[in-house]
Amino acid sequence: MDIIVCIKRVPQTAEADVTIDYTGKEIEKDRLSFDMNESDSYALEEAVLLKEKFGGEITVISLGHQDTEDTLRIALAKGADNAIRIKAEDFDELDGYKTAQIIKASISDLNFDLIFTGCIATDDAYSQVGVTLAELLDIPHASLVIFIDTSEKRAHVHRELEGGLMEHLDISLPALCTIQTGINEPRYASLIAIRRAAKKEIKVLGKEEIKDENILLNTQIEELFIPPKTKEVEFLTGSPGESAGKLANIFKEKGLI
Amino acid sequence: MSEIYTLIEHRQGEIRDISFELLSCGRKLAEKTNSNLTALILGHNTENLVGKIKSQAHRILVIDSEVFKDYNSESYQLALSDIIKKANPFITLMGHTAFGMDLCPALATQLEIPFTTDCLDIDVVDNKITVTRQVYDGKLNAKIAVRDNPSYLFTVRAGCFLAEESDLKTEIANIDTSVTEPDYRKFVEYIETPAGDVDITKSDVVIGIGRGIKEQENLAMVEEFADAIGGVVACSRPIVDADWLPKDRQVGSSGKTIKPKLYIAVGISGAFQHVSGMKGAETIIAINKDPNAPIFNEADYGIADDLFKVVPVLKEKVMELK
Repeated sequence: MDIIVCIKRVPQTAEADVTIDYTGKEIEKDRLSFDMNESDSYALEEAVLLKEKFGGEITVISLGHQDTEDTLRIALAKGADNAIRIKAEDFDELDGYKTAQIIKASISDLNFDLIFTGCIATDDAYSQVGVTLAELLDIPHASLVIFIDTSEKRAHVHRELEGGLMEHLDISLPALCTIQTGINEPRYASLIAIRRAAKKEIKVLGKEEIKDENILLNTQIEELFIPPKTKEVEFLTGSPGESAGKLANIFKEKGLI
Repeated sequence: MSEIYTLIEHRQGEIRDISFELLSCGRKLAEKTNSNLTALILGHNTENLVGKIKSQAHRILVIDSEVFKDYNSESYQLALSDIIKKANPFITLMGHTAFGMDLCPALATQLEIPFTTDCLDIDVVDNKITVTRQVYDGKLNAKIAVRDNPSYLFTVRAGCFLAEESDLKTEIANIDTSVTEPDYRKFVEYIETPAGDVDITKSDVVIGIGRGIKEQENLAMVEEFADAIGGVVACSRPIVDADWLPKDRQVGSSGKTIKPKLYIAVGISGAFQHVSGMKGAETIIAINKDPNAPIFNEADYGIADDLFKVVPVLKEKVMELK
């Protein structure tokens, strides 16, 4: 079973200070750490689990700058066989639609039974690339996948819906699944595997190799701004003892304890 | 006259809340662009569904067939691509939900019309469209220009438009369909999350924990605090992903919606998926060391400090005052 996994290197912004840069359209990235997008790491793990069961090869592909090769090497260390970087520096501004078109053009000579992507990237949060790519390739898709049981020809998948409900689908292969977090427990790469992966070749594709003239951009960022406050929070200040004391008093006043 | 379409989302015979929000959004856009609003319902035995949204749009377009009883993006796409190609509505709206996320990118790509997802707001000036989206873990908003085209497709985030009453004179039209469920994607069944020993929707006090709790062992500290204040422990998605708590304790769009008297978010950053499940709480407290965490935009009171220092003291103070 051959599987392509699309991954993205993203800034880790959940617990960091995020500031807008001088262009007004980008963020300051100097002081941020970068890592594989969270749901992509679950997508990769799911591919490795299937490889362990069925054999076959995993190709990881990422559209990114030079430093994306570090993330691809981590993927190689975790069990991918081949890695491809598409040079983001060759493609100006990107959105989900354009990214999907570029990936489609990049994998035209690859055989696959399944393509996995994460269900959302934490930076631009489009949730577009996977489903768009499936449509461009004219293969069935299932998004927000939280369980897969596959044979050579068909896969039973569970999609995560709202309110704790799941939807069980039966899809034919080849197919594309966008993978939701929690589907498995992503492994850590061992030091030996990381050392081995450091010596592996990463295939690099640029504008010369991807000659599609019709690649379209749907959307462009005009400006970034700080979200308007919907509610004014009252911060309780002081040492942990003081702030906790103030809070406990509020509970008391409101009759909550 | 140009047209705005909204796709009505329903599941297990019930119209989803997002559909009413989309109708509100659609009416605003229709007014602004001097358009008619059409609500599209694909379903089976749709009389009840149609009745629920009557007077909310200028027209309801119904495609009633057994194939649309349960949602399947591939069957939906077969029907909708035909309708949109023929009618060429200016804007088609659907929810940024498990339903819309699965359908919109594929449908728009097939039709070669520009689309974008998870819109908080859509603005039209002289037929030029800009949308507002959220980026970087909800820490920033982005204004996005969409390329010029006669027709667009967007998914809209839940909770961004208020469902409102409306008294439009509604015309109802039916369309026949020859669509059958394709063999390459078949709907099998719905699966419910099994209920656990604690029902977090029934408690007046809920303490929600998130990624900031760091290690599974630290759960004990929060459990002790919950016992002291007489509450139950719930969580955001990462805690369920890590298997530290069962799925039925998850608060948020893919988990449970709760409306307790008191919600205390401990080490939760405040992703919108989580917030949508707890913003109905009467009083919201957030404890998080990052003062810029989006959760503080939802809280009545906040402590921007180390939760491992605050929570044990808070437990003591609560026990003193009880």
